[in-house]
Amino acid sequence: MRLGSFGGGSFGDSFLPYWQVARRSFQRYATYRGATAAGVFTNTLFGFMKVAVLLAVYRQAAGPGGRIGAFDETDVVTFTFVSQGLLTTMGAYVGMQLAERIRSGDVVADLYRPLHFPGYWLAHDLGRAGYQLLARGLPPVLIGALVFTYRLPPDGRAAAAFALSLGLAALVSFAIRYLVILSGFWVVDVRGPWSLTGFVLMFFAGLIVPLNFFPAWLDRLARMTPFPALVQTPIEIFLGKAPGGAAAALAYQAVWAAALLALAERVTRRAFRKVVVHGG
Amino acid sequence: MGDAAALYWRLVGAQVRGAWQYRLSFAALTVGSTLATVLDLLAIVVIFEQAESLAGWTFDEVLLLYAATAVPFGIADLFVSPVEDTWEHVRLGVFDRYLIRPAGAFAQVCGDGFQLRRAGRIVQPLAALGLAVSRVDARWSGGRALFLVLTVAAGTAIYGAIWALTASGAFWATEAREVANSFTYGGGFLAQYPLDVVTGSLRRLTLIVPLAFVNYLPVTWLLGRPDALGLPAWAPFLAPAVAAALCAAAALAWRAGVRHYRGAGS
Repeated sequence: MRLGSFGGGSFGDSFLPYWQVARRSFQRYATYRGATAAGVFTNTLFGFMKVAVLLAVYRQAAGPGGRIGAFDETDVVTFTFVSQGLLTTMGAYVGMQLAERIRSGDVVADLYRPLHFPGYWLAHDLGRAGYQLLARGLPPVLIGALVFTYRLPPDGRAAAAFALSLGLAALVSFAIRYLVILSGFWVVDVRGPWSLTGFVLMFFAGLIVPLNFFPAWLDRLARMTPFPALVQTPIEIFLGKAPGGAAAALAYQAVWAAALLALAERVTRRAFRKVVVHGG
Repeated sequence: MGDAAALYWRLVGAQVRGAWQYRLSFAALTVGSTLATVLDLLAIVVIFEQAESLAGWTFDEVLLLYAATAVPFGIADLFVSPVEDTWEHVRLGVFDRYLIRPAGAFAQVCGDGFQLRRAGRIVQPLAALGLAVSRVDARWSGGRALFLVLTVAAGTAIYGAIWALTASGAFWATEAREVANSFTYGGGFLAQYPLDVVTGSLRRLTLIVPLAFVNYLPVTWLLGRPDALGLPAWAPFLAPAVAAALCAAAALAWRAGVRHYRGAGS
């Protein structure tokens, strides 16, 4: 058993086990119907509260028919509800069992699995994200539509780009949270870095206020980080209002996804060497 | 009652000593808690970068409104929010352990989950309160300062009662935890902004939940602003009575919940 070198085969060996992991993870989340309903209630109520605040800001700043950044009133409403829909999907404050397994040391058992370690947890998280997109993401958007009018993607290409963008966003979200949790191999308590990441992620992803509302310098600063890729970028693509166009926005997400997943791979290797040192 | 208080402070002391063993971790978590509130304020600053006023409120006025909810929310978060752990205790079937000790379960749950790091969430709101008080024109006097202190006290009681009331739901519907978050954290979010921005059923909800009494009504009175909810002029002075009534309701709900609780049977 090549423990130090990664628990087993490479990701390309066979896709099937990862698909099964993702499916089981999806089913596991689907078991808690009451919790899902409670979450939908909360996300929706927050959506209405945020829309009230942001529309007041918008009307004050832009006046009737005006816009903030590239956004008009319909964009602000659409952004708010779609971002509420993406909140749990993109994992703001969504932990992974991995954190507890590292703390307790059970993670050692995961190394015996003949699966690529980050790939296993990625499959796990994508199963969760898929369930939460359908069960927790869609309902607040649909309920909001009973009261407000949304802007829909301008054409089929924008809709397809949005779907692709959601997938890339899920990869970036996973990589960020995985890296923070993996720091548990070095620090005793990951809750500090974890809660800090949670807040920074919320703010720079556009989950508190759309980046369009930021002053220009803060907007530029935010877009140098991977966080907008989680929520701001997909919704800009959805609205057909990505600065620089949908292709550039997708490329931005893809570059961050690739870079962070590669980093996750490297950090995993280093973490495992550390486990071997402490093992026994 | 004296027993409960003594036990509560023993538990708090134990938690503080425990956290102090991991000083770096404690420091990181406290900084994290402080930064969390900084982001709330940053959102308001960003909003005022776009708009000079919000529903007729200036930045300084919104700052006072913000501080008048964030300070009580932070204090209630420090002392009462551990009652949220009840959801987890009931789900795992381990709530029984609080019932076999000769002291109130409520004090035990709150003491057991006490985290000193949450004090970090009061630091920045207190600074904001000081700044706002020095900047707004509220014709400050001894009486008005006392009114502000009572407002913070009543607000703390209201938030604490909302936490206790919603956590009592754990005894009936273990999966409904997130609904509780709508009222605790959702309430804390909405109260940061002038209630003039909300309309319809959401506005009525702020009177039922009674968020409006935490900061909006008292601050409109202090600033001499019109109250968008259209309540009588004496409504802001009802805050302590509303807080007392809500605490009584929370106590009844908690007791009913504890009576309703059935262990895991193992």
